Order: sequence, then C-alpha cells, then structure tokens
Amino acid sequence: MSGLLVLEQLLNGLQFGLMLFLLAAGLTLVFGVMDMINLAHGSLYMVGAFLAAWLVGITGSFVLGVLGAMLLTGLFGMVLESGLLRSLYRRDHLSQVLATYALILILNDGVKMLFGNDLPLSAPAALAGSVQLLPGLNYPAYRLLILGVGLLLALLLYLLVQKTRLGALVRAGASNRDMTLVMGVDIGRLFTLVFGIGAALCAVAGALLGPLLAVQVGMGENILILAFVVVVIGGIGSIRGALIGAVLVGCIDTLGRSLLQHALREVLPPQWASAAGPAFASIAVYVFMAAVLALKPQGLFPVRA
Amino acid sequence: MDAATRRRAGAVLLLLCAIALPWALQQLGIDYYLSLASRVLVYAIAATSLNLVLGYGGMVSFGHAAFVGLGAYVTGIMISEGIAGAGWHLLATLAVTGLAAWIIGAISLRTRGVYFIMITLAFAQMIFYLANSNKAWGGDEGLNIRTRSIIGIEGFALDLKDGPTLYYVALAVLVALLVALARFVPSRFGRAVVALRDDDIRAEALGFPTYRYKLIVFVVAGAIGGLAGALYVNLTGYVSPNLLHWTQSGSLMVMVILGGVASVWGGLAGAAALLLLQELLSAHTQHWEFWTGWVLLAVVLFARRGLAGLLARGAGGKD
Amino acid sequence: MSAAPLLDVRGLSKRFGGLVANDDVSLQVQSGHVHALIGPNGAGKTTLVSQLAGQLRSDQGRVLFDGHDISAFSTHQRALRGLVRSFQITRLFRSFSVLDNMALALQAVSGSSLRAWRPVARETALFDQARSVLAEVGLDAKADHAIDQLSHGERRALEVGMALASRPRLVLLDEPMAGMGQEESARIEQLIGTLRQRSTVVLIEHDVDAVFRLADRVSVLVGGRVIASGEPDAVRRHPEVIAAYLGDGAETAR
Repeated sequence: MSGLLVLEQLLNGLQFGLMLFLLAAGLTLVFGVMDMINLAHGSLYMVGAFLAAWLVGITGSFVLGVLGAMLLTGLFGMVLESGLLRSLYRRDHLSQVLATYALILILNDGVKMLFGNDLPLSAPAALAGSVQLLPGLNYPAYRLLILGVGLLLALLLYLLVQKTRLGALVRAGASNRDMTLVMGVDIGRLFTLVFGIGAALCAVAGALLGPLLAVQVGMGENILILAFVVVVIGGIGSIRGALIGAVLVGCIDTLGRSLLQHALREVLPPQWASAAGPAFASIAVYVFMAAVLALKPQGLFPVRA
Repeated sequence: MDAATRRRAGAVLLLLCAIALPWALQQLGIDYYLSLASRVLVYAIAATSLNLVLGYGGMVSFGHAAFVGLGAYVTGIMISEGIAGAGWHLLATLAVTGLAAWIIGAISLRTRGVYFIMITLAFAQMIFYLANSNKAWGGDEGLNIRTRSIIGIEGFALDLKDGPTLYYVALAVLVALLVALARFVPSRFGRAVVALRDDDIRAEALGFPTYRYKLIVFVVAGAIGGLAGALYVNLTGYVSPNLLHWTQSGSLMVMVILGGVASVWGGLAGAAALLLLQELLSAHTQHWEFWTGWVLLAVVLFARRGLAGLLARGAGGKD
Repeated sequence: MSAAPLLDVRGLSKRFGGLVANDDVSLQVQSGHVHALIGPNGAGKTTLVSQLAGQLRSDQGRVLFDGHDISAFSTHQRALRGLVRSFQITRLFRSFSVLDNMALALQAVSGSSLRAWRPVARETALFDQARSVLAEVGLDAKADHAIDQLSHGERRALEVGMALASRPRLVLLDEPMAGMGQEESARIEQLIGTLRQRSTVVLIEHDVDAVFRLADRVSVLVGGRVIASGEPDAVRRHPEVIAAYLGDGAETAR
C-alpha cells in the first residue's frame, strides 16, 4: 500500500468529511438550541440533490443548479420550520421522532412523485479531468472543487458563528436556551433563519455529492446516521465539534472502506472483501464514537453548561 | 358493569373474533388476507416488545429492529441448513437475541438520553452491515428459505408453512405476551420499572438496582423481538438485511407511538393501524407512503396519547 | 465518651475538571444525633451529600458506615444498608399517586422486586405502612391524589417522607425545608425532632435558626472545606465561621 494511495484516500476522507460537516452543522444547531431530534434532516439533503439535478438539467449550468438548489432548499427549510417543526419543540423526543419520521415518508414519496426515483447528475465537464498534485498522484478535479467549496463554507460558517451578532445569539442559545429566552431574544425568528441556513448547507452537500454517490430517493437515510454520529462525537451544539468530528468520521469511514478492502483482498475471496470493507468501516466509525464517549461523555467540544 | 369488567369482556370478544378470523376469511372467499392478519400479529409481537423497553422502561432504543432481524436470520439460517425443528429454532433464537441484547444493553445502559439512542442505533447498524456483508447467507440480496419451522414430533406435527397454523401460533404467542404484560404492569417489577422510567435517580436512591432492572427489561424485550423475527421469516420465507435497517426500528417506534406508549394494547393497535393503513392506501395509490406520512403527522399533532389513548378516553376509563 | 461514629467520613475530595468541589472533608456523625451541615451556597454541601449517597465517585477519601467501608458501594446498595438521602430538588414518580409513591419507597427495601405476576395491590401490609408514613408527614388526606395536584410544600413533604419511609439508620436531608411556608417548615422541623429517636440525621439547611434549634452537632463547610465542627454553641461563636458565614447578625440571632 503506497503512501500516495493513503494520501489520496485521506483527501477523499477530508472531502467526504467536509460534506458531512455541512449536514452536521445544521443538525447540531437544531439539536443544541432547540433540543429537537430531526430525522428528516437527511431528506433536506435529498431534496437539495434532486433540485440541483433538476435545475442543472434545465439550465445546463452546474453552478446555477447548485446555487438554485441552495436557495430553494433554504426557503423550503424555513417554511418547514415555521409551519410544522416549530410546534414540535415543546413536545417530547418520541413525538418528534414520530413526526419527523412521517416527514421522511412524505418527502421521499413526494420527491418520487415529482422527479421519479432518481435523477442523473454529473460533474461539470470542465472538471472532468484530474490534476496532478504530486508526481504519481493525480486527483480528480471535481473532488478538489468539493474540497474547496467545503473549506470555504466551513470558513464562512466559522465567521458567521464567531464574528456576527447572529452567531453570538445562536451560540448563546446553544449553551443555554432558557437564558436566551429570558433575555428577550426572539428566538423563533432567529431559529427559522438558522434552520434555513442549515437546509441550504444540506442542499450544497447533496448537490456536490450527487455526481459521486447518485441522486436517488432514500439517499438521505444512510448519511443521516453518520451526521448524527458526527454531532454526538463533536458535542451537541458545537459547530467546531461538528467540523472536527466530521473530518475524523469522514476519514475513518473512507480509509476504512478502501484500505481495509485492499488488505482484505489479500486474504479473502473478492466478493467477501468488497462487502466486508463497508461493514468494518462503519463498525470502525461506531467504535470510534464509543471510544470518544467513553473518554469525553459530552463529546469533544461540549457546549452545554 | 364497571370499566375493568367491560375491558376484560372486550378483550375476550376480540380474542374470539381473532380465533374465528381464518374461518371467516375462508367463508368470504378472501383467505389471501390471512397472511396480512398474520403480519399484523407478528409485528404486534415486535411492537409490544419495543413498548416494553420504550414505553414502560423509558429506554428509547433505536436499534430494536436488530433483534427482530437477528431472530429472523437465526431461524432462517437454521432452516436453510436443514434443521427444521421449531424447538431448536426457538431455543437458538432466544439464546442468540438474548445474548446480543445482554451485550448491547450492558454497554448502552451506561449512557443516558440521546447518547443511549445513538449507541443502540450504532450497534444495530453494525449488525446490519454484518448481515449485509454476509455472503454465505445471502448478503445484501437476502436469504430465501423453502421450508418452515415444524412444531412437534414425527406423527403429530404443525408445519408453519400452513397459513392458518402460522396464524394460530402467532396468535397464541401474542396472547401469551399480552397476558404476561398485563400481569407485569401492576406487579412489583412492573411498578419498579415504571418508577425507573419516571426518575431513575430517585429510584436508585430508594434502593432499586436501576441498572440491573433496566438490563433485564432490555434483554427480555430483545428476546421477544427475536421471537417475532423467527415468526416473521416463517411467514415470508425471506429475510434480508433491510429488516435490520434503522428505518425498520423507526417503523416499529412509529407503531408503538401510534398505538399508545406504555399501554398493553399499544403494540397491537399500532401494528394493526399502520399495516392496515398501508394495505388500504397501496390498493388505491402507488404513493401510499406519502399518505401514511400525513396520517402519522396528524396523529402526532392531534392525538397525543396515540390510538389507545383515544379509545381509553372514549370508553371513559383510564388506561 | 466518644462511641464509634455511625458515619465516619475521612478525607473526601472531589474535583470537577479544574473546579475543586470538596477538599479533604472529614466529619464524624454519632448515632442518634441530628448533625447539621451549613455553609454558604456553592460550598460543596450538595456535592458532599451526593458523594455520601454514592451518586458521585469521590476522587479521594473513604466513607465508613457502621464500621464498614462503603466507599465502593453504589447508591442503591447504600440505601439497602440504611443510608438514604432526600433531594434538594423534589424528585417524585409522576406516573403514580401519592400513596403509590410512598408504597414504592417501601417496596424498594422490603424484598425483591423481581416479581412480575402478582399485583402489588394485594400487599395490604405495604399500603397500610405507606398510609401511616403519609400521616406522619401530614399527607394522608391526599393519598389518592396525583403528584401535580400537590402544592410545592406538600411535594417536599412527600419527598422527605419517602426518604424516611424505609426507617433508614441514617438519612441525609438535603435542604428539606427549601421553598416551604412557615407552617410546613414547622411541621418538618417537628418531624426531624422526633426522628432522632430512631434515625440518625445529617441535615443540610440554610435556615440557620432551625439548625441551631435542632442540631446536636454542626459542621460548617466553606469553599469545600470543613472549617469548624462541634456543638452548636461552640460553632456559633467560632470566629472563622462568623467571618465566613454567619456574619454580625449571628450575635444578635435568637
């Protein structure tokens, strides 16, 4: 196993991790500030991917497709939050599970009714090639784009959360919701906006990963679990934790899949190896989560007092 | 006739109808609905076992489908390897799922709240991926079996391949389960468990061994879930890793919440409601999931204690 | 003159990250005494109670109960040995009535609860005993009420009553009179007074007057350390205690 191969997989892991971060960021805030379990978060990712695929199909422009998906999904998220999810904040977690599970069903079938079971989405032609990063290491240009966009959005989110008044309010809400309410902040409107931003980020992740992972109904359910794991590892309510956690999880998952597969191929017949890889990769992620929780029960960067 | 006697009479009436159902369906010429009825029974057993750990125990286990799926796989594998005796299936299923529940519970119950949910979910996903990668017995395509469990001995045997036989076996299991649950709730153990749910710190401070009691409930619920799985594979002749996916756990949770958390009938009511709703809607539209979602949403927003709650209010009694 | 103490706390310490909650806390509680623990807010009193009850693992130190080292015992094990606590913030079982709450407290210490067939309602002796404890705390009239129908003071009374129901050898009362009106406080004070015949009491309270009326011994906890321990009069006059806690008002206190 060459060092270059490992490096390539690390880059893949970082790229996947950054996309996971986009999902986890919104999720950790919903959980942290509003103490709400939102199972339908993965569906926003799916909606974003489908909207992007559809818009790219219409306009022919990848950029317009992604931006359009971002905007539309963000708006959809805000409508969803103010219309339905808001009435769930006061309810117990079980009711939230039931309601957001119902949402998954509605959105899955709703998307199927509008767009069919899947939509094609391919990377822009301009980025179809590879870039030589190091001698012997050619990395797909599209994945570099994902890396770039991911890092940019992470930076923007950091600035938003750390340097703006909105971000300060959100951080206050995440660490002590009741206090924020007492201070008279209209947390309702604040939150609709935050939710909308979270939804938009999901859409970007969905749109960018679409060409790699396929845009299909149900794509949200698989990645949602990883997003929840990231939130728990990073610390509920912490954006910084979500970023670090996502990158770690992304790398463990990607490296686990690819490197383990290489290792297992030496030992096992091919059909076993190709199936065992994902199994061990996901097990590795959960073992990692268990290890983090054993050492730091509140996650890596706990926010709550 | 007071409320308790009325309820008991209602239960007996329901049981009589259930016993007569296969005959009635046959008379009406619609006996293909028997497998739906059996499905309802099997899911009712699974949902009731979840209600035990979730509703009464207060442990939000998001990985319960893993136990159902494990039970299905254990029995399915045994059948495909040529072991037909139901006694062996029962023993192996309870042993494997009980052991799995014991290990998972022992670790998970050291955590609380959302962390507990995540860890049970994580374990379930691990088992899902293991089933998926397991090429010897179907892998991601699942396992088909041609024969079924056989209860009894040479000469007098009940083959679960026979529709009515499976139905009655499942009914017997469900009835036994509901009776046991009804006795459990007002018993010492039942009250201790509910007290643990209300406030486990207080319960521990009074002298209840909370960790031990929670683990016992978790293991019992897991084993019964496994039993439901064993019946499931007999019913469908097929088991795939999808049975273990977290969305199946979600579906079971929906049944429990729909039917009524912490009520004896909750599992049955929820399973019947969800499966019958699905059946009804899919007869009219391809997009039954869509409409099911809206119905569930309506229940959450307007019927807070689930269907059992609605019925209790109607009968004027407290559940 | 000094018999072996019922509760012997030796050098208990607890930190939370960088914060020192308790530092080398030692005290001895004699059987049959009411031993009060006073000190300003944040002094570590409730942390100490949690450590003594087994809910918090101490970083250092030992706890001996009736001569036995119970430092490694869990909360429920300590409760079964007769070391019971009540809570500063009321913790009750909301799914059950007042009577059922008390019955549960008694059930916990009267035999195994791993019985899943016979209804508890048949155990008339248990419920009779529950009713008599409810009468002691003045709640017998409300036996069949739900928890949310009780006033704050009544809930506190039930809370304390449940801790006492099992007739523990030593009960840790964490601010039993918090948030109570005058009449209810007086009743609890009276109850604590009668308790000393059958139980040993470790009492955490802010009502300094009540403490000095009731207590046989007083320990003062400031900043996680015991700065004084002994008979009430001696403690009241202790210069450090006055400086740190009682202030000038102590001289003019009744």
